[in-house]
Amino acid sequence: MIRLSTWFYNLTILVVVIAASVAVSTVVLRDDDGGGIGVNLGLDLQGGSYLLLEVDMDSVVQERMDNLGETIRISMRNSRIGISNLSVNSDRLSFQLRDELQFIEARDILNGLIAPEMRVTISENTLSVAFDETGLSQLTTMTVGQAIEIVRARVDETGTKEPVIQRQGNNRILLQLPGVDDPEQVKSLLGKTAKIGFQLVDISASAESVKASGRVPPGSELLPSRDNPDEHYLLNKRVMVSGEMLEDARPSFDGQTNEAVVSFTLNSTGAERFGRVTGQNIGRPFAIVLDNEVISAPVIRSQIFANGQISGGFSVDETNELSLLLRSGALPAPLLVVEERSVGPGLGSDSVRAGQVASIVGLAGVALFMISSYGMIGCLAVIAVFINMLLLYGQLSILGATLTLPGIAGIVLTIGMAVDANIIIFERIKEELRAGRKLATAFKTGFNQATGTIIDANLTTLAAALFLYFLGSGPVKGFSVTISVGVISSMFSTIIVMRVLLAIWINTIKPESILISKQDIGAN
Amino acid sequence: MALLRLLPANLNIPFMRGRLYSSVFSALLVAGSIIFWLIVGLNTGIDFRGGFVIEVKTLEGAANVEELREELGDLNLGDISLQEFGSEREVLIRVQSQDEGMATDLSDANKQAIQLVQEQIADRYEIRRTEFVGAVVGDELRRNAFYAVIAALGSIMIYIWFRFEWPFAISAILALAHDIITTIGLFSLTGIEFNLATVAALLTIAGYSINDTVVIFDRIRDNLKKYKSWDNDTIINTSLSQTISRTLMTSITTLIALLAIYFFGGAVLGGFALAMIWGVLIGTYSSIYVASTILSRFDLRPSDDDDMLPTHERNDPKS
Repeated sequence: MIRLSTWFYNLTILVVVIAASVAVSTVVLRDDDGGGIGVNLGLDLQGGSYLLLEVDMDSVVQERMDNLGETIRISMRNSRIGISNLSVNSDRLSFQLRDELQFIEARDILNGLIAPEMRVTISENTLSVAFDETGLSQLTTMTVGQAIEIVRARVDETGTKEPVIQRQGNNRILLQLPGVDDPEQVKSLLGKTAKIGFQLVDISASAESVKASGRVPPGSELLPSRDNPDEHYLLNKRVMVSGEMLEDARPSFDGQTNEAVVSFTLNSTGAERFGRVTGQNIGRPFAIVLDNEVISAPVIRSQIFANGQISGGFSVDETNELSLLLRSGALPAPLLVVEERSVGPGLGSDSVRAGQVASIVGLAGVALFMISSYGMIGCLAVIAVFINMLLLYGQLSILGATLTLPGIAGIVLTIGMAVDANIIIFERIKEELRAGRKLATAFKTGFNQATGTIIDANLTTLAAALFLYFLGSGPVKGFSVTISVGVISSMFSTIIVMRVLLAIWINTIKPESILISKQDIGAN
Repeated sequence: MALLRLLPANLNIPFMRGRLYSSVFSALLVAGSIIFWLIVGLNTGIDFRGGFVIEVKTLEGAANVEELREELGDLNLGDISLQEFGSEREVLIRVQSQDEGMATDLSDANKQAIQLVQEQIADRYEIRRTEFVGAVVGDELRRNAFYAVIAALGSIMIYIWFRFEWPFAISAILALAHDIITTIGLFSLTGIEFNLATVAALLTIAGYSINDTVVIFDRIRDNLKKYKSWDNDTIINTSLSQTISRTLMTSITTLIALLAIYFFGGAVLGGFALAMIWGVLIGTYSSIYVASTILSRFDLRPSDDDDMLPTHERNDPKS
């Protein structure tokens, strides 16, 4: 008779019942669209795309510096301070003073112009401006935060089910799109910053002559046409109405030409400005600029306020995309795709099937081997493995873990390795019995001695698995999670559940001996 | 009930007699692995090198890899490798990153290359998977993998160091190094893709191999206390004989699971399963031979017994 304390007994049963009910309920209660708690299928199993986007901070810094340079030029000119060699070298702006005596004045003006996160350094008569480190990291945090909001707005509108959008590391955005196996559309949406602006065309000179001479009048800029990169427009640099003033944009059709256009509505500030500019410039062409390309430059025929439309020989798809981009707002920086993994639904469901078959074959093989090696006790070990699976699944559900194909491999491997602990215990008990000990004593010593070994052995696997978690991208992380959880639940299911199972079995059947035949007893 | 019996009870196998052969074998294996690793190198996948992979499946019938190779070769995309993947209908196309060295992102060149490949074969093949890793991310993944391996091995070593006296610790760590190096050697020799999943396998092998060694060393330590007059070889032979049945049983169940993954788990897991299978075999061998052979060379019973114990156990009367 093997005696176990009642609380030990009850506690074990309680844990197993809770795990089992969690496991079962997550399977039963799961909604069809995969919502609710429970184990989620990874993108490699359900099909979908994983995109790692990098926010191009270099270009943000460059742009800020370029703008600052323009402001400095104007302010210094207004204060009659002569400067030369103003240049922007990636993240650093520098210029020289013609007259060193104006040094203090120039420095004070400069300090008034720069953003708080920038710092001025001075050597001889050269002044330079750069972001300081904390300032740059603040700027990065803010820019990535804004970019995430806009990415979310754009992706949500494509109707992707439950996209995951999260910041990763310092300047990256992780995007997971379940069910999207060809992310081209999403990438094309995210590939455009969609900065829109309305600028007056500079009619003081023709674009051709400026292009030929290469001398752009101050305050103007030369931008290419979207339809024909060789065709250019000369525009006033000043943006009269910008994208932030847009309230809404919808695809529609021009009432007269039946051409696909984007209709937009401006907010009150925008409408007021638009009205003023259009009222004062009737007869002058007004350019619509998207990401530094001129979409079109229609001539203003009458004063326009809040509502207008953008035409430019668009197809219907293009107006859909453009209006979506305008609604979501401009990205604060270009996004670069630095990693992309997409899996089609065919491969996904093949992988699910492969994972199922491998699990079943693995489980069956191990079960068969255990039963043929240890007989009835082997059956108990197989039951313990099943309980282990329930515990494992229950834990994964509670954690809301994502199951990937390597994750399934981790589970199958756990099956193979989990019986190890049982084997250690069985072999220990066998030895004790061979040494002539009584069943109850052998049971107790076997478990006690084996427990230390089992914990030792599993801790090393756990350590390896934990480090793997920090290494991995999605699928490998899944492996690390299932192995770690598997190791923990297999220790529990062997050291504790197996002890209870074996005790119940011995107490019910009352065998004379277990694991070894009678002639082996005392042979050692 | 007639039970399957791998080994008779009460074995006493003189394992240490084979020590010379095993030492030569292991030395050759390790040396060969290192030489291969240095000369041939590893077939690193896009995870570590950057580039893209497209897995395709024919709409019907077997894939014509040769024809595909010629067609895609005509696209001038540089180094393209094709490989049958899983079944005769599936092909894995690996293309180096376009625009040399600058391909940190899915730039136009890479986008075009992927599109070119997809368009070229779209009429006969279904695209099952596309993966792109930029050069910078590839570098980061490689660095992270390196750190993860170092950190995992380091923590295992620290654990072993605390857990065992130093002769045991050194033997266990050398056996672990043996397993890791020969697994890398296997990848170098066979040219199977070395990627993130392989690193996962390496770490799991490390955990598994040390696990095996710990069980055997535990027993050796017990027996050292039990049989004060026995010499090293007798102690080690006895301990190995006592644990051999567990060692084999565990290896077999793990191998059953791994074989199931290898044969039924799909081609994506193939490399991982193969690395693990090798790791279990070599890990089992090294626990018996490498770790124990090295251990047998140490003086396991110095005159002053306390010298061998780690500091934290010295004042414990039980040990």
